[in-house]
Amino acid sequence: MSDSYTVGDERENEQDGAAADRADGRNVSTPDPVDETTGETTPSIQHIADADTVIEAADLTVHYGDVEALKPVNVRLPAQEVTAIIGPSGCGKSTFLRCINRMNDMVDAARVGGELRFRGKNVYDEDVDPVALRRKIGMVFQKPNPFPKSIYDNVAYGLEIQGYDGDMDARVEEALRGAALWDEVKDQLDESGLDLSGGQQQRLCIARAIAPDPEVILMDEPASALDPVATAKVEDLIDELAEEYTVVIVTHNMQQAARISDKTAVFLTGGQLVEFGETNRIFENPENQRVEDYITGKFG
Amino acid sequence: MSGSSDVADLTRAGSDIPAGRNLAVRGVFFACALLTVLTTFGIVVVLFDGALGFFREETLFGLLSGVLGGVLAGSPAEAWAALRTGLGTQVTVREFLFGVEWSPIIRPRSYGVLPLLWGTMLIVVGSALIAIPVGTATAIYLSEYADRRVRKVVKPTLEVLAGVPTIVYGFFALSFITPIIQRFFPGTGTFNVAAGAIVVGVMIIPMVSSLSEDAMSAVPDELRNAAYGLGATKFEVSTDVVVPASLSGVMASYILAISRAIGETMAVTLAVGMQPNITLNPLEQAQTMTAYMVQIGISDVSVGSIGYQSLFAVGLLLFVMTLGMNLLSLWIKGRYQEAYR
Ligand SMILES: Nc1ncnc2c1ncn2[C@@H]1O[C@H](COP(=O)(O)OP(=O)(O)OP(=O)(O)O)[C@@H](O)[C@H]1O
Ligand SMILES: [Mg+2]
Repeated sequence: MSDSYTVGDERENEQDGAAADRADGRNVSTPDPVDETTGETTPSIQHIADADTVIEAADLTVHYGDVEALKPVNVRLPAQEVTAIIGPSGCGKSTFLRCINRMNDMVDAARVGGELRFRGKNVYDEDVDPVALRRKIGMVFQKPNPFPKSIYDNVAYGLEIQGYDGDMDARVEEALRGAALWDEVKDQLDESGLDLSGGQQQRLCIARAIAPDPEVILMDEPASALDPVATAKVEDLIDELAEEYTVVIVTHNMQQAARISDKTAVFLTGGQLVEFGETNRIFENPENQRVEDYITGKFG
Repeated sequence: MSGSSDVADLTRAGSDIPAGRNLAVRGVFFACALLTVLTTFGIVVVLFDGALGFFREETLFGLLSGVLGGVLAGSPAEAWAALRTGLGTQVTVREFLFGVEWSPIIRPRSYGVLPLLWGTMLIVVGSALIAIPVGTATAIYLSEYADRRVRKVVKPTLEVLAGVPTIVYGFFALSFITPIIQRFFPGTGTFNVAAGAIVVGVMIIPMVSSLSEDAMSAVPDELRNAAYGLGATKFEVSTDVVVPASLSGVMASYILAISRAIGETMAVTLAVGMQPNITLNPLEQAQTMTAYMVQIGISDVSVGSIGYQSLFAVGLLLFVMTLGMNLLSLWIKGRYQEAYR
């Protein structure tokens, strides 16, 4: 069985069907239902063994006010791999990413439907504390955003708020080494994080995200504000991070996605997840015509 | 447009825009700006000159006219005498700044401003103890916790509070705060420091909360998101990220509020009383610098008497203090700004 699937273009025009599905209380983990309009099976998310799945979206939708930003998304993201999320601007990549650690909570207009499971638990359940969730899922943003504090305090902050009382110096060093920044800053840990270059700042933000040792690291275009040299460093870093962490990275840059990811999810305009699978296969032999057009630069 | 030539005519002469208007508009604006500057300058000059009269017996204008009068009358002796009295010391700066007895009108006279300064300081400290915590907490609530609808109602309400005439606050203190204090501390008189400090504290809360909230809202969301992304609670985001990042603006709001408390007049005149008093007991009455100036202003001391002159000395000190506070707040803003980019 292949561990990838494709969603037919028809899906774009069957929101009503999808809504009805949800109203029926359809559970995505039931066997593949047959699409009433086309007779085609809708995508299954059963292909990846459960043990490997860290994040699982089940009919996940997002609306900003009345605007639909994500059409029902069904996908399973495997552990200890890099999953790239690509697609044209405004297709909902960041929106999807922010669902995973509930950063959408901060957006007043955002409404989330369906389920987003982290290790089997729907993070949108009533009893989930988003603060606890975010301590397990680190995030790196598009623009480097170190706190106006020292390099040391930046890295230590996540551990501090968790009440960590072990050897902080060691954890800070470990995180900075993990972010390939230690050698550059080890003599200036007391200096402001804002005095670093953009690329160093972004690696500082990565160090800050990995210091509390989360399970998943989300990155939203982490290299888009960096020059090619700094970008290369961050890409190398992501490669190493995947040995320990599950990484989900949004990128505009298809070469970058091809270089660094194991799996790729392609969103297309309208907030639709169109294809998900092994990165190599997606780039060499996409099943969906629109994905092929997008990847070969015919649109997007 | 002028002519029917095909070449565009862009010269002033060829345009139908009245050439003089620009100059006239500019002139009016300049005149307004000049008026403000001149008024300020005039006030400062009068203040300094009047204070000079307090310390030197004679104002600079009085001195010059005395000497000139002697010279014109052809009497060098008269001019000399005017010069000597004019330059004679009436009150030393030292006595003024460090004396602990203030009684410029009633004999035995003494001119130590410390009791008035003390009264002002009691009000400043007391009101700051109220306004800084409450105002800061309000600002954090508005900036970090309140949803948009609440903010839309609360912020203008606070600003209305800032617009209430201060004499109304004075009556509020007399008729509402003091009776409550008296219920708990029966011996308390009608005038007391506590009521004044409370009412000034309430009065300057909007200043602290509004300016601090502006500073906090200016903190970029990227910083908040960084902390939220690490699993910080709203409270941690507020205290660890937002307040430190907006500290310069928050501190500036404190200082402007304190400066306002120093200069506050009507409410403290009504609430605190007219009795210069160096005390630590907030239930006693006292007198602030501003209240003293009101007292002299409405009394029948004659122009040119030392009581009248003391008005300028106290006014000058007040001016120097508030000016210093404003400069300090500017410095803090400039010095600590851009902790974030
Ligand atoms: N806070 C918001 N309020 C309203 N609409 C929003 C908000 N954030 C995003 N949107 C809309 O949701 C859609 C998806 O936005 P999103 O930011 O997820 O796209 P994206 O794929 O990350 O784009 P980009 O590549 O440009 O970052 C867009 O149409 C956008 O206009
Ligand atoms: Mg985005």
